[in-house]
Amino acid sequence: METINFLFDGFSVAFTVQNITLALIGCFLGTVFGALPGLGPANGVAILIPISFSLGLDAASSMILLTSVYYGAMYGGRISSILINIPGDEPALMTTLDGYPMTLKGRAGEALTLTGIASFFGSIVATIGLMILAPQLVKIALLFGPAEYSALFVMAFATLGGVSSNNKAKTILASALGLAISTIGIDGQTGVPRLSFGNVHFYDGIDFLVVIVGMFAVSEIFIFIENKDIDAKKKKKNIIITTIIPKFKVIVKTFPSMVRGSLLGFFAGILPGAGASLGSFIAYTFEKKISNKDDTFGKGDERGVTAPEAGNNAAAGGALVPMLSLGVPGSGTTAVLLAMLMTMNITPGPLLFKNNPDVVWGLIAALFFANFILLILNIPMVRMFTRILLLPPKYLMPIVAMISFVGIYGISGSSFDLLLMIFFGLFGWLLRKLNIPLVPVIMGAILGNLMETNLRRALTISDGNWMYLFESKVTIIIWLITIIGFVLPLIFGKKITSEIEKFKKKKS
Amino acid sequence: MINKLSKIILAIFTYFTLSVSSFAFEASNPQCIAPANAGGGWDFTCRSVGKTLQDLKLISGSMEVTNMAGGGGGVAYAEVVNKRGNDNNLIVAASSATATRLAQGAYPGNTMDQVRWLGSVGADYGIIAVSKNSTIKTLPELLAQIKKDPKSITVAGGSAVGGWDHLKVLIAAKKYGIDDVRQIKYVSFDGGGDAVTQLLAGNVQAFTGDVSEAKGFVDSGDIKVLAVLSADRLPGEFSSFPTAREQGIDAIGANWRGFYVPGGMSDDAYNYWANAISKMYNTKEWKETMSSSGLAPLDLSGDEFQKFVAASVQSIQDLSKEIGLIK
Repeated sequence: METINFLFDGFSVAFTVQNITLALIGCFLGTVFGALPGLGPANGVAILIPISFSLGLDAASSMILLTSVYYGAMYGGRISSILINIPGDEPALMTTLDGYPMTLKGRAGEALTLTGIASFFGSIVATIGLMILAPQLVKIALLFGPAEYSALFVMAFATLGGVSSNNKAKTILASALGLAISTIGIDGQTGVPRLSFGNVHFYDGIDFLVVIVGMFAVSEIFIFIENKDIDAKKKKKNIIITTIIPKFKVIVKTFPSMVRGSLLGFFAGILPGAGASLGSFIAYTFEKKISNKDDTFGKGDERGVTAPEAGNNAAAGGALVPMLSLGVPGSGTTAVLLAMLMTMNITPGPLLFKNNPDVVWGLIAALFFANFILLILNIPMVRMFTRILLLPPKYLMPIVAMISFVGIYGISGSSFDLLLMIFFGLFGWLLRKLNIPLVPVIMGAILGNLMETNLRRALTISDGNWMYLFESKVTIIIWLITIIGFVLPLIFGKKITSEIEKFKKKKS
Repeated sequence: MINKLSKIILAIFTYFTLSVSSFAFEASNPQCIAPANAGGGWDFTCRSVGKTLQDLKLISGSMEVTNMAGGGGGVAYAEVVNKRGNDNNLIVAASSATATRLAQGAYPGNTMDQVRWLGSVGADYGIIAVSKNSTIKTLPELLAQIKKDPKSITVAGGSAVGGWDHLKVLIAAKKYGIDDVRQIKYVSFDGGGDAVTQLLAGNVQAFTGDVSEAKGFVDSGDIKVLAVLSADRLPGEFSSFPTAREQGIDAIGANWRGFYVPGGMSDDAYNYWANAISKMYNTKEWKETMSSSGLAPLDLSGDEFQKFVAASVQSIQDLSKEIGLIK
């Protein structure tokens, strides 16, 4: 009951003309930032911080503006994933796997609407979760120490096999490449630079946004240059936005995947350091595990887009939990939001809900409101955004190139990163030619470092005793899921499928 | 590294102000480089100082803040030394971390005398804390436990091994009389907040960080500050923290925040900037910013600051050699 009262107080903070206008602007800009490859939620939020300062906004209004951009970008990221096979931001990576095949089948409109609904559902679940559980959820985050994180990331890697390609060897090779990329830079556990060749630019490691934009956007440009004649004809024929409203049957079919995706995503989101990418990743791989009975995943299955989209939006909301309640950002964007709160003289942490209820509840109320705006922006009005991305490739590709360069330069102000991006573009082009999937490379680059540091933290704490990784209940549960869900099928999978085949033959 | 994701572009401030300077040099289109992404301490230093200087009309026009991330500040340092060595309108945010890296040779080919050190705008003093449920009540108790059984205590901090959070514990341990400081178990996390969380979860037994990082958790009573590494007790709400000195351990660890400027900056310009920073330091507005962000007093500028940085580089170098981090 108390929660409801707080929420109503929150709505009274959020529903001023100024705050509603800010939420509208934020949602629109966020969707645009999300849809443009290379620009993500973190850029969007960072760009708007100085603006909110110079407008002289108070803490609640600034947070409303910035989180609207954040949520908006989470919606927007899917648009370019689905339409042009380039993820708009990194959590939208998994949406390319089934989203683009749907586009090739002429079902782009349906994919966009379904993912719009999934995004809405995921965000709402996360916002409700944030509201009801935030103070308690601190405890769940506290259950996760280095040992638990190590187990979690091993599980994430165990699921990689099922992600994108049918050729396991190529998938393993791809993830190994990603892991190799993640080892570059100063090793935090010893302070020693690795694979840096004495070049200071490598000391902080390679920002995986550079890898993503290089491998997806820049390599796409190379592919386009290579096949410009064939592609131009093919694309024109295929990308038609048909049925905007999917059949009710399809919504019913995908609904369970949205629920699963939202819960998994929210859970991944509240773990500091895991973030939205892990959320959409786990949501996709689990969904594939559960629903891929007819081998439709990767070929344009609706559930292959709804699960990761619900997952990444829920994770975005979930990431606000550790940020507000512990002062620990769960993702890059929340790190920027945290900095913003600190500059406003608001200390996130266990007492935030008590000391600044107007900010917290105003924010939660605004998140609900922003979600409805975004649903409208992203379903009936989605054509507006798709227009931009459906320009003929000869106009679109130069724009993609321009945005990639501006976006990457904007992150660090370093021209070295631009060269690196071009390098990864060429590298991505080569991998595509060899039919090596790109997604495991990126997941390796993103998760590798996290897995390594957590493993080494755990081993430092336990004085090198590996059994520490199997001591707590949480680790045991994660290991069991990993073994039963992903390792055993690898060993017995073939046997069982062949038995089933035999059985089917007998029957017929 | 997820939190490296954070990024930013330029500040678009539109304050039009009148100049009141009496120096021969007058800054035009001044720029402040924050050698990291948005959200960190350096970014905060540039933005808060830039804004205060503007608001107080200590500089004419507005201060442009540029984020130049990479190499733990090394990219910006190399850029300033190599390409902008004579720029009179440039200041660069720095902190103890800059001195630590210079001392350990982590900016390849660069040394501290390639730039001019301008002044400090405050310091974030180090604290050593344990969780509220810990049986350890004082800093000597903690260090006695480490001395007796180094394996029983894991210390968590936000910096890398050999970084400032790590060094602070080692300084205290040495002063206490632990000779082989290499035995101390230190685990690095992504920032102070992350490290405190691990303390609350019981995965580690002690925390080393800065006052500002731990503020929220101290207020809520979740952690117990054993000692603050300052010469005297801090002012205001932090005055309840006992200093290490009071407990018989003469350890001081200040994470200062300040600026350096290009090595070839003219004396006129150097004096102009040093004066502006020092004037700003003494205003009511800056004192408010300091208290709200947990910064404690540290007012050094010009030559004084230059000597201070040189001394701290030297002592960090000695300590790093001792723990085998550099040769």
